[in-house]
Amino acid sequence: MSEITPDVVRHLASLARIGLDEEEIERLTGQLGAIVDAVATVGEVATPDVPATSHPIPLGMVTREDVPGETLTPEEALSGAPERDGDFFKVSSILGEEQ
Amino acid sequence: MSGDITASAAAMAEALAAGDVTSVELTQAHLDRIAAVDGDVHAFLHVNAGALDAAKAADARRAAGEDVHALTGVPVAIKDVLCTLDMPSTAGSKILEGWVPPYDATTVAKLRAAGLVPLGKTNMDEFAMGSSTEYSAYGATHNPWDLDRIPGGSGGGSAAAVAAFEAPLALGSDTGGSIRQPGAVTGTVGVKPTYGGVSRYGAIALASSLDQVGPVTRTVLDAGLLHDVIGGHDRRDSTSIPDAWPSFADAARAGTRDGAVTGLRIGVISELSQESQGFQPGVLQRFRESLDLLEKQGAEIVEVSAPNFQYAIAAYYLILPAEASSNLAKFDSVRFGLRVGSGTVEDVMSASREAGFGPEVKRRVILGTYALSAGYYDAYYGSAQKVRTLIQRDFSAAFEQADVLSTPSAPTTAFKLGEKVDDPLAMYLNDLTTIPANLAGVPGISLPSGLAPEDGLPAGIQFMAPAREDARLYTVGAALEQSLVDAWGGPLLAKAPALG
Repeated sequence: MSEITPDVVRHLASLARIGLDEEEIERLTGQLGAIVDAVATVGEVATPDVPATSHPIPLGMVTREDVPGETLTPEEALSGAPERDGDFFKVSSILGEEQ
Repeated sequence: MSGDITASAAAMAEALAAGDVTSVELTQAHLDRIAAVDGDVHAFLHVNAGALDAAKAADARRAAGEDVHALTGVPVAIKDVLCTLDMPSTAGSKILEGWVPPYDATTVAKLRAAGLVPLGKTNMDEFAMGSSTEYSAYGATHNPWDLDRIPGGSGGGSAAAVAAFEAPLALGSDTGGSIRQPGAVTGTVGVKPTYGGVSRYGAIALASSLDQVGPVTRTVLDAGLLHDVIGGHDRRDSTSIPDAWPSFADAARAGTRDGAVTGLRIGVISELSQESQGFQPGVLQRFRESLDLLEKQGAEIVEVSAPNFQYAIAAYYLILPAEASSNLAKFDSVRFGLRVGSGTVEDVMSASREAGFGPEVKRRVILGTYALSAGYYDAYYGSAQKVRTLIQRDFSAAFEQADVLSTPSAPTTAFKLGEKVDDPLAMYLNDLTTIPANLAGVPGISLPSGLAPEDGLPAGIQFMAPAREDARLYTVGAALEQSLVDAWGGPLLAKAPALG
């Protein structure tokens, strides 16, 4: 059986920056446990001699000429901003009061 | 014809070229159809207010004698995962509600340049995570064949729009079957091109090593025509294949000629063709009948084995969540999208993602975070990547014995809305037949194989070809389609119940 406990789910949710209520934590604990048990079967055939594939059709390093191209204007880039201050995205404090 | 919405896109293109219909008439006919039936089907999240203006522009280009593209003036629906300058692009998520991107996806820009008329944006499972559209934050799409059933997913909106004659063409995206499985359960045609064959620029990323944009249509030729418009190299996508491609419309036309499939070796995968593997009997029956028709046309049916395909779903549900958890980190409430809550930027981010993401997205992001976390990486993500190698090897071996491979496109016909929504593992099994192609990057097509006798609902047959050999899919698909339509006495969708 998997090692998914409510505390593991809480920890993962905080790493993923997703708030969860207690009911969601409980439901996800069961569901993730079942999913992790099912997907763990990859271990049956993933032996050390098999190389990993990260990309189905490798193209190598793709580069372009280092010349200025078309870019978004500040107005375009900020068009979806939840909050802005002039030409800046505005966010709440990065550091807590204690820091 | 004057605005016959049940015609193929190729026939609409001919009527436009002959001056029998204008794009304005054709577009208006589709807008009327959307107004009449989309309350029941809910294929669209947004209808393009500028559609008639685009149609007028297309008509003006033809009237001016410009050397226009064959599809100029033909309407098209666009999956909401693709960025559009003039329409909201939400990917089915509340976190992007109302967001209008500052640029077009390359595929959308190509549609516009060719003079196709965007009708609107189609519904989908949130961030393309799902097989039924029930995970859309804006309500499920209903299958035009039976409104109580799912239209497949994630691209159920595009497939349902095409099946319900709300659009002759649509764009989809396929990460593990999101074009092909909806095609199967709605009686339409869907193609997942070779990975890198169509630009992903401006497609809101789910799993970047698996995602591919492709056509959703009613005929194989229409899919080829649309693929020819959207395909080709894009310097804005570093995974885009720089090679030249043949015309897929020509490949489809070649399939309708006598002897087109003579000597073609079609491999049936023994691990994906038995009732004991979860396939509905009627789906298998139509699959085998389709192969018989191809055999009568001179194709050779061979049995091949792909022993590692049984691990495909497990590998996929590690690789996809891992990549998704990284891709969806951009929804941080800073540059676009929903922002709720107060406190530190992290508090706001957590509260915004809690409010903006639905249950399946939370499930997969957290699963991906687990698969990538220290101490588990090798056992889960690392092992899944090794399985990917084994699946590629299975494909290579199978393609030594066969020119194309074939399976049913989905294990069953459309299931009822609500039937699997609370059982993620049961939902994941819908992708049994489609996932291997994404893991290996090879192209796949789904086309209708008939109605399953036990429930009268559409079943689909899938063909897969080696990477870069998409043309084979169009040739064999068109060859089979021609035999099937002859046998049915007309297109399968003519048998669908009337809507509205």
